[in-house]
Amino acid sequence: MARIGGYPRGVNVEVTPLPGIGTRQDFMTRSGRRVGVVTYRDGRFDLIISQRDDPDACSASIPLTPEESATLANLLGAPQLVAQLRDEQRDVVGIATKQLPIVHGSPFDGRTLGDTALRSRTGASVVAVVRAGDVHPSPRPDFVFTGGDLLVVVGTSDGLKAAADLLAHG
Amino acid sequence: MHSTAVSLIELGAVCFGLGVLGRLAWRIGISPIPLYLVGGLAFGHGGLVPLGGIQEFTDIAGEIGVILLLLLLGLEYSAAELVTGLRRSWMAGVVDLVLNAAPGAVAALLLGWGPVGALVMAGVTYISSSGIVAKVLSDLGRLGNRETPVVLSVLVFEDLAMALYLPILTALLAGVTFWGGLTTVGIALVTITVVLVVALRFGRYVSAVVDSPDPEVFLLRVLGAALLVAGIASQLQVSAAVGAFLLGIAISGSTAENATRMLEPLRDLFAALFFVVFGLNTDPRQIPPVLGTAVALAVVTTVTKLATGWWAASRQGVRRLGRLRAGAALVARGEFSIVIAGLAVASGAVDPDLAPLATAYVLLMAVMGPVAARVVEPLAQRALTLMPQRT
Repeated sequence: MARIGGYPRGVNVEVTPLPGIGTRQDFMTRSGRRVGVVTYRDGRFDLIISQRDDPDACSASIPLTPEESATLANLLGAPQLVAQLRDEQRDVVGIATKQLPIVHGSPFDGRTLGDTALRSRTGASVVAVVRAGDVHPSPRPDFVFTGGDLLVVVGTSDGLKAAADLLAHG
Repeated sequence: MHSTAVSLIELGAVCFGLGVLGRLAWRIGISPIPLYLVGGLAFGHGGLVPLGGIQEFTDIAGEIGVILLLLLLGLEYSAAELVTGLRRSWMAGVVDLVLNAAPGAVAALLLGWGPVGALVMAGVTYISSSGIVAKVLSDLGRLGNRETPVVLSVLVFEDLAMALYLPILTALLAGVTFWGGLTTVGIALVTITVVLVVALRFGRYVSAVVDSPDPEVFLLRVLGAALLVAGIASQLQVSAAVGAFLLGIAISGSTAENATRMLEPLRDLFAALFFVVFGLNTDPRQIPPVLGTAVALAVVTTVTKLATGWWAASRQGVRRLGRLRAGAALVARGEFSIVIAGLAVASGAVDPDLAPLATAYVLLMAVMGPVAARVVEPLAQRALTLMPQRT
């Protein structure tokens, strides 16, 4: 299973300095494409994907704002965590794991976990928050959410439905 | 009073005209440098509308433009990047130097401009425009390409070569004796070594001298320090430009980034005026006689840069298409060729035909560079499909 945070085994990330610009970090996928990021000195990112027929060149070089790269990291990172939790809870009947986003401008953007009163109102609990690809496990009630966070929530299917509703509409 | 009004109107018209030209240039995907030069040609001696009254201002503005160009070049790379770049890519750098300085030097000797003229033209044809190259690479989305670090390390080497070349050139142009020249070169070498060591070990302290959380104070300090160092360097006959360049190297880390961000618009303004001044001082009627030479030099030095990139990229295991891209990316010449020619013309120690030749050459190369970088890939792909596949 892939680890979250740090590079999993079997993937060789190559770090190349780009004098005057920043650094390039990329790796070769099993399908033979180079995927990675160019990090500029001022903190901007480009997502790069190599061409199919010319591994030296890039078919895409997509500029991402810090918020966008954090979102992409969450999209790729959170399912791994959810899959892992699902594996662990397979024996417990009636319990499911779901990822719920805090969208920008949602009622809880900028408020704490305690403010949601999620556990008392829905019975579901937040076991982790994925932010910018980093996992914050077992957030305390004073954990402040920001837009773009992905919450990993565990509960009954009814509880999860209520939790999604609560997080979206307050 | 009245003459102030006229000067303001002239200066305003020049700046506004440059703005229009710059916009046009980026629209059609070329660097604005050649258009600025053409603008200068149009207004200067023998041009369409000779401008008077603002010469004093534009001359000093042009000087400041050179200082800012070199200061920002120094800021671009940290001392650590320069040293590791030098260690890793000195062979590519030497190949680049030999292949691309030779055509200029040979042309100057054939024209009978003597060793000093040869040194000047060698510099003009050698140095790629790091500004145009970086812009083209990022516009074409090639920063993630495998050959790009090769291109950048060649540029790093060229920067260091400039730090040695400019003081030598300045000394020779000043017509110093052999021993005087050796002393200047000695001073330059010692200074560069000291600056690199200081930047590597004590860069924070140099940065601390100019750093300030207040943007206004910061801007004044950096600009003041640059002009002071440039002036002192010029007094010591080490060339004002080199002084500014070395200061740029010594400033490091976040201070360097902030300084770059803050000075970039100033640099663009003054550098534009510098290109105009260079154009102003060149008589457009002198260009047609040297055009043939300029075209020949352009063709030869396009091929030599292509060869440089091909060779340097092949050493990093880049495939054929990537090698061509690396070579084509390096073709552009621009601001630094004009800086070198400007130093030479200002000293009066070179043939009067040098300015028009350098102008025509840079006009060609600054236009051709981005075009070459763009078309090399489709052209090569078509050629590869037509040719039987060999590896």
